Amino acid sequence: MRIILAAAAVVMLAALAFAAPWLQFVLTLAIAKGFAALGVAVLLRAGLISIGHAMFFAASAYGAAFLARAGINDLGLLLILSVLVSALIGAIAGSFLVRYRAIFFAMLNLAVSMVFYALCAKLYGVTGGTDGLPVPIPAVFGIVFAEPVFKSILFYLSLMLMVLVGLVVHRYLDSPLGHALSAVHSNEIRLEYLGIPVWAVLLIAYTISAALAGLGGAIAGLAIGRVVPDFAFWTASGHLVLIAVLGGIGGVPGAFIGALFLELLHSAAVTVTDAWNLFVGITLIVVIMFMPQGIYGLFERKEAQSS
Amino acid sequence: MSRPILEAKNLRVAFNGVKAADGASIAIHDGEFLAIIGPNGSGKTTLLNICTGYIRPISGSVLLDGNDITRMSPRAIARRGVARAFQIPQLFSAQRVIDNMMLALAAKDGLWSAIRPLETAERRDEAKALLELVGLDGDTDRISSTLPEGHRKLLDIAVALALKPRLLLLDEPTSGVSALERFPLMEALMSALRQRRITALFVEHDMDVVARYASRVLVWNAGNIMAEGRPDEVFGNAQVRERVVGVA
Ligand SMILES: Nc1ncnc2c1ncn2[C@@H]1O[C@H](COP(=O)(O)OP(=O)(O)O)[C@@H](O)[C@H]1O
Ligand SMILES: [Mg+2]
Repeated sequence: MRIILAAAAVVMLAALAFAAPWLQFVLTLAIAKGFAALGVAVLLRAGLISIGHAMFFAASAYGAAFLARAGINDLGLLLILSVLVSALIGAIAGSFLVRYRAIFFAMLNLAVSMVFYALCAKLYGVTGGTDGLPVPIPAVFGIVFAEPVFKSILFYLSLMLMVLVGLVVHRYLDSPLGHALSAVHSNEIRLEYLGIPVWAVLLIAYTISAALAGLGGAIAGLAIGRVVPDFAFWTASGHLVLIAVLGGIGGVPGAFIGALFLELLHSAAVTVTDAWNLFVGITLIVVIMFMPQGIYGLFERKEAQSS
Repeated sequence: MSRPILEAKNLRVAFNGVKAADGASIAIHDGEFLAIIGPNGSGKTTLLNICTGYIRPISGSVLLDGNDITRMSPRAIARRGVARAFQIPQLFSAQRVIDNMMLALAAKDGLWSAIRPLETAERRDEAKALLELVGLDGDTDRISSTLPEGHRKLLDIAVALALKPRLLLLDEPTSGVSALERFPLMEALMSALRQRRITALFVEHDMDVVARYASRVLVWNAGNIMAEGRPDEVFGNAQVRERVVGVA
């Protein structure tokens, strides 16, 4: 049942983008942010709130820009390498961040990301300062397409990745390691007494979450065609937490539902009125008060009733 | 007697001047079911905390199979075959009962497979068998925070058993368990220990339980061992009767 629902949603997105190509850019960005929010949601399972994940989002987009400048001009290779860059940074940062909990973890992530942001903005010679760097259109299987065609390809690729990566993350969360991750939130003492190394469980999760944010960042960089320090600004990190909570952390689709919801709401709201923040604020209040499992929780509850 | 599995020597621990262990030594041998009794606050739980690496003594040492484990982490000690059930159950309260069990089973064998699901038919069966043993088969799919206190204790014990330990440390296994369930629990536990050749140490307040099941009793008082021997010997000691059995 849930699989049918998810498949229907994906087909609908593809059809929507086909019928209204102007939506493709918005949807690509939504999926990109969905990946990053999924990264945040993975850590939320352990009760850890990162207010710094936009750093990995940005790092990967900068990675794509640098790699392109170094002559790597293949979409697949760019995506894979940029994700590896963010995963590597995630593993390094994570190795000391996962020792912290609660507010300390949140603030340290924020602090590290702010340092990263400042470096991106100040190291003009390397990063192009606040102007950022271009992320040129790469070749797809050796063919360089015109911009509109490339953007379509990028959208459909993102959609496909959303399904594939989503399934992999779902498997991970359902595995012993994934359950151990949620168990960190419940009882670290018991985990230790089961002989499970909590830091390793968290470091793996942190690296995965950084890679997910990186995948989102690489897609966003390619979609926008440019990366700027604002990718890493703390408000962007806060936005990812917002998406994760809004969409719900009960399952993988939550992050994407949250991202699609906010991006579509955003594009609707800015054309109608400038009361975007008001809309978002009220939506968040409603979700937290009445739907603690997020928007995705609505689908899960239906599932439980029907099975 | 053979070499002890676990040996704690000359332990000293104090909290704000209160001595929880004051030069005491204990040893537990293969196949024993050693009971530790003593008044509240005398340091019994602290003793288990030291033996499992949760706290470090000021002085003294803990040996497992003759190897010094005094400065090891609870995780390292758990991996050497020592499992613990807690006085206050330590559960993954947001998870289902069965998931608590399966994670413990996975900790023993397959934690590092990140792609295969936690729940396999085999693991589920094994978990169910242990839940049945402690009498929790009716609660399999409940979220563990919704269990009554007594059942939380039972789950905590079942989780410890799931680790297939050689040595099991039980901190007041029957406290919080209703009087009706107490003896059935002990019978089940004893048969599991015998079947799986698990040596066990248990802290206990119920003297009927101690008298019936312990192979040896150790009386802990103010960080020292006041008396030691078979249950009938220990309960025959006037000092013990006055200080410990009377209060319990
Ligand atoms: N972590 C701790 N910090 C401070 N005092 C403690 C701590 N653990 C135990 N104590 C104190 O040590 C003494 C022994 O406690 P405990 O080992 O729990 O006794 P028992 O299990 O025999 O009831 C008590 O006075 C208790 O308050
Ligand atoms: Mg105690």
